[in-house]
Amino acid sequence: MSSLTKPVSGKRFDTVFRGIVYACGILILVVLAAVTVFLFVRAWPAIGGNHEDVADTIGKFTGGKITSFWGYVGPLLFGTVLVAAIALVVAFFVSMGIALFISHYAPKKLATVLNYIVDLLAAIPSVIYGLWGGLVLVPAIYPFWNWVAQYLGWIPIFAGPAANPARTVASVSVVLAIMILPIITSISRDIFQQTPRLLQEAALGLGATKWEMIKLAVIPFGKSGVISASMLGLGRALGETMAVLMILSPGLTYSVQLLKASQNQTIAANIAAQYPEANGLGVSVLIATGLVLFVLTFLVNLLARKITQKASVK
Amino acid sequence: MGQRIDINHLNIYYGNFLAVEDVNMHIDANKVTAFIGPSGCGKSTVLRTLDRMHEITPGAHCTGEVLLEGQNLYAKDVDPVAVRRDVGMVFQRPNPFPTMSIRENVLAGARLNNRKIAKSDADDLVEWALRGANLWNEVKDRLDNPGIGLSGGQQQRLCIARAVAVHPSVLLMDEPCSALDPISTLAVEDLINELKRDYTIVIVTHNMQQAARIADYTAFFNLKAVGQPGHLEYFADTTTMFSNPQNEEAERYISGRFG
Amino acid sequence: MSTPRKTAEDDGSIAYAPVIDWDKFKPSRSSLAARKRKDGLMHALIILAFIVALIPLISVLWTTLVKGAQRFNWDFLSHNMTNVIGGQQTASGGYGGILHAIIGTLEITLGAMVISIPIGLLCAVYLVEYSGDGKLAKTIRLLVDVMSGIPSIVAGLFAFSVFTIIGGPGTANGFEGSVALSLLMIPTVVKTSEEMLKIVPNDLREASLALGVTKQRTITKVVLRTSLPGIVSGVILAIARVIGETAPLLLTAGYIVSTNMNLFSGQMTTLPVYVYQEYSKFRAYCPEDAGASCVAAIPMQRAWSAALMLIVIVLILNLIGRIVAKIFSVETKR
Repeated sequence: MSSLTKPVSGKRFDTVFRGIVYACGILILVVLAAVTVFLFVRAWPAIGGNHEDVADTIGKFTGGKITSFWGYVGPLLFGTVLVAAIALVVAFFVSMGIALFISHYAPKKLATVLNYIVDLLAAIPSVIYGLWGGLVLVPAIYPFWNWVAQYLGWIPIFAGPAANPARTVASVSVVLAIMILPIITSISRDIFQQTPRLLQEAALGLGATKWEMIKLAVIPFGKSGVISASMLGLGRALGETMAVLMILSPGLTYSVQLLKASQNQTIAANIAAQYPEANGLGVSVLIATGLVLFVLTFLVNLLARKITQKASVK
Repeated sequence: MGQRIDINHLNIYYGNFLAVEDVNMHIDANKVTAFIGPSGCGKSTVLRTLDRMHEITPGAHCTGEVLLEGQNLYAKDVDPVAVRRDVGMVFQRPNPFPTMSIRENVLAGARLNNRKIAKSDADDLVEWALRGANLWNEVKDRLDNPGIGLSGGQQQRLCIARAVAVHPSVLLMDEPCSALDPISTLAVEDLINELKRDYTIVIVTHNMQQAARIADYTAFFNLKAVGQPGHLEYFADTTTMFSNPQNEEAERYISGRFG
Repeated sequence: MSTPRKTAEDDGSIAYAPVIDWDKFKPSRSSLAARKRKDGLMHALIILAFIVALIPLISVLWTTLVKGAQRFNWDFLSHNMTNVIGGQQTASGGYGGILHAIIGTLEITLGAMVISIPIGLLCAVYLVEYSGDGKLAKTIRLLVDVMSGIPSIVAGLFAFSVFTIIGGPGTANGFEGSVALSLLMIPTVVKTSEEMLKIVPNDLREASLALGVTKQRTITKVVLRTSLPGIVSGVILAIARVIGETAPLLLTAGYIVSTNMNLFSGQMTTLPVYVYQEYSKFRAYCPEDAGASCVAAIPMQRAWSAALMLIVIVLILNLIGRIVAKIFSVETKR
């Protein structure tokens, strides 16, 4: 027998290992499929089940005001998007400022410290932001919202009087903005730092000021990365539960009056709030709303990913 | 018209490290002056002090004087932004702004100074600059195409057009042909020869034949050892430099014995 | 000097260029000043953005520290919430504590680690060592990205659905929470491990394979061993992320006042859920004759103290993760 055909030691385990590794790769696909399937199975009674029972259950959640599933999801979806969108707008500009400060303005040592601070912000659990938002921010920010309502009240979204305590969409959005700030900042900072030196020098060489250089070279270069970072931040804000649950006074309208309480509610916070009280069908209704949230964040994340891919192909 | 440059006792630092030591030189207006020398001798560093680009590297600074028509660029009240408008720069690798069209690339500098340029004025300026950079015939039908769609040599000429469109008096070129093929190099060299009618040109090059072909004067930079500061070893008109250098190190370098 | 070449035909040279009136493009003194002002303004705004972001961070950390320190003592750490009546003092002289929540957090997180580290790591091994960047690998990468964006409450709903379908309605136990958390943890583990495996130089793999070692042994003995510190650091950061999760545990692991050591049966309290539950109690009941030892505001104080504990755990985990990563980066440089 030639030594080449002799079994190598560990050959069998090599094959087994290969099988395990493949299984784990495929498991990811299975898990995501399972998430969708299980949610769908549990949600089905609420979407396709007996209409009268569903109407009854939703009526119990809403005090009889809304009785159809889509009539229930609608305002929740609206509230979710509203809160997340405002949070994104607030976080976006601040994040850009911090990212540019770290990448182009701060001295190197300070920039390192700032990177740690951004990571620290990201590490704080959401329940602590909720606690802080509910007990510290809400009372502290009321005078400011009151001022806004007084002087900018002619803009419909700021119509007064401002609610006190400020358990409003405006306050929640501020807390969510703080929570998504680190994601947007760290991705944007990384991409700003990668701006080719040559492009920056080209702009400076033409006699651009520092800000003009950033506008000419840094921002166009980082644009797609920044957009995708914002989408990721948006995805995070859409799915955030605790901060909303602990701060917002909920309501089920399509109102955009940010300074008033009991106007909107988000899907995630609604699930956590109604869950303890819900019966079998009630849980199905909540899971169905969760499925809507899942699809929404799925699309947002997919979009973010597509944008990054497109940019890297270029 | 080009302007003359005088460099007096220029010491250039990166942090505490002295990179180039005590440079004294006169650069004539409307002439091409080439900087040559082995790697690490600081020729690019010296070039970058002439439009105050050196100082954008954190910790980098210099002492001494750089006089542009008698005005010290490093005087306290001089704004580096204004200096860079008056002294244009072309870089080692072509670097058009990737998101801009050919036309917008040419206008980028002018737009900084003046936001509201009439369309006809802008058209004139684009044509003038692209003709000046010897690129007009090649791109006049596709001015709205992206600048990075051009070939390397065309991109480099686009960058030259972008630099001259701000109407500087001095053009600094940092190894402008090192990333180009021989044909594109020839086109850029021809262009440099024409440009010196209007600008004072300072060019850093690794290629001694190139210096011999296009420069009126040549400055040879050298360093005593690695880790030691670079210095200006020898400065002469190009003919003398390459046929009869009065400096032993320069002679050794040019004949290819080191560097 | 070359003279302008004038030929009958436009040759594209400068000679045929339009005459430029440079005065039109000249910056006026005021426009230069305006540009400088704008530059300064943007600089100021950028610094302002940075300061604005610092305020909440400092406020969060400071209030948690100050308010949390108030009730943060050994009694608080070593007792659970049994025998706590309203705002009244317990027999041990304290006001209840978080022992059960710490145990719950540790067990549930450990459960999540046991599930997600092998799966995540082996999935990364598949992506880097076996997939050959085929279509399946691309799909998996995409789905891992998508998975990392799953809202935590949806992960909770998923685990809840699975367990109620299998175990009947009302099933709640610690392991259910572990499953929910591992859904959030797997993508992070896959991503960081993948990065770490990728930077292992190919020479090492080839050297080992050339010695006749099987692929499995090459991977476990050479590739994984080389990238181990990086993976450990990534995993620690992933743990730090899920240890603070609240919403999925609210739906799955539930909440009880006593200590439950069994991960697989009965509800289990975790620290974040404890913080939330105390926060929702708002005020404790104090009978009129209870005296000064009855503290009506005790739930909020407990919430802050538990929050302090949580922040300390998260920060320590982050610190360890970073230190491991740092040691690793020094080693690669050598």
